[in-house]
Amino acid sequence: MERSELIKKRAFPGRYESLAAIRDFVVQAAREVGFSEEDVYRVELSVDEACANIIEHAYGGEDKGDIQCWIAIEAEGIRIRLQDFGRPFDPSKVSQPRLKVPIEKVKTRGVGFFLMNKLMDEVRYSSSLRGGNVMEMYKRR
Amino acid sequence: MDVIVTQYKRCDVVKAAGRVDSYTSPDLEKAFGEIIGAGRYKIVFDMQNVDFISSKGLWVLIDAQKKCRRYKRGEVVLANIHPEIRESLNLVGLSNYFKIYDDLTAAVGSF
Repeated sequence: MERSELIKKRAFPGRYESLAAIRDFVVQAAREVGFSEEDVYRVELSVDEACANIIEHAYGGEDKGDIQCWIAIEAEGIRIRLQDFGRPFDPSKVSQPRLKVPIEKVKTRGVGFFLMNKLMDEVRYSSSLRGGNVMEMYKRR
Repeated sequence: MDVIVTQYKRCDVVKAAGRVDSYTSPDLEKAFGEIIGAGRYKIVFDMQNVDFISSKGLWVLIDAQKKCRRYKRGEVVLANIHPEIRESLNLVGLSNYFKIYDDLTAAVGSF
């Protein structure tokens, strides 16, 4: 891990109502880094998708556990780590969304992870030794 | 999230304000569901005041589009999309499934 200028940490209840507060927390940090508003939105969307995945897939529903959000504001960008204590869930194992198919065949499963990978410079998943999952993402300024 | 539906002679306009995510998307789903349930399938989604939309919200739009286009009875068109939202629609290829208008008058006039 690079030497960080500032670290912010907060835990949020794992429910969909928390998504707005998690996004606000991350958006504020992204603005402190000095990202353009377009990049702030990209970070905001990536984190929302990751957290919605945690609630839906790792916890299998709302109010099963917290989402710990750790942000490092670095000189060159922002590093975000999201940790849950649910069942192992590796989003990269979810099949890629099928694009360019007739609308009746469009499925949105996997779209969240697909977006994260497109919008962030790095996305890494690992299962935690203490149980649960860790998703780490990085975006350069 | 505030969702206002206005019924016009040739179409319905759904105007939402705020952020569409996993928590708020049921409000949008309900609005589309009521219009479609009433047998009206020509819908403009005015996104002027939509600041954020996650994949959950995109799914609501795709689901509504599937229902409206069935039997060629209508469709959902989008108006006033913020550029950031347009980028995510493009990235996942969903912009191919919607006509997108720069303003509401053009969107309503398309029906």
